[in-house]
Amino acid sequence: MANKKMAIIATKGTLDMAYPPFILASTAAALGYDVQVFFTFYGLQLLRKDLSNVMISPLANPAMPMPVPMPVMVQMLPGMESMATMMMKQKLKKHGVASLTELRDLCLEADVKFIACQMTVDLFEFDKSEFIDNVEYGGAATFMGFAGDTDICLFV
Amino acid sequence: MNFDKELNARGLSCPLPIVKTKKALADMTSNQVLKVISTDTGSVKDMAAFAEQTGNPLLSTVEENGEFVFYMKKK
Repeated sequence: MANKKMAIIATKGTLDMAYPPFILASTAAALGYDVQVFFTFYGLQLLRKDLSNVMISPLANPAMPMPVPMPVMVQMLPGMESMATMMMKQKLKKHGVASLTELRDLCLEADVKFIACQMTVDLFEFDKSEFIDNVEYGGAATFMGFAGDTDICLFV
Repeated sequence: MNFDKELNARGLSCPLPIVKTKKALADMTSNQVLKVISTDTGSVKDMAAFAEQTGNPLLSTVEENGEFVFYMKKK
């Protein structure tokens, strides 16, 4: 019997939105799915060799649990983004949640295929040498070739 | 229960217990038993779901002192 298939479109490059694609992709691969993730727009940031600049902002993120209520005027101060990112990373570590790099490595180890959107790579003038090696480059039609035949297809 | 291999997944959160279980099973032969110890409450449902979807029978799930112990047979 042919394996089940899952396709994900990853469009966000923030710390909170980086987790779902990698968690779902690594889990699906563990369950025996063939998985492809198509990275486009800000999702491309998740293909950088160095993920330490992936951040979370409290600004325009009103659902983010905060230790103390924080007015928007305070959230916009310099350094608040770094502080929120540091606190979120500490929380993730404390709860035994894998780092993004670790999850991405688990995906690659499990043969999850990463595809970078060529158009947005060109649009933002990204340097491919800053991306990990295990990436293919393609467009929407490349994605459809796989996505059209999947059991699960998600847009993150 | 007898087992052939043990996986310590204490302190790890979703999806690591599942992903590591899959990796541990890959090195085993058919009918061998894997013991997995997890502290992730979500792993109770997830291990059952993993067993059902991959066809590796989950022989038992026991909670001991806040830890969850699973015995899974490789298909």
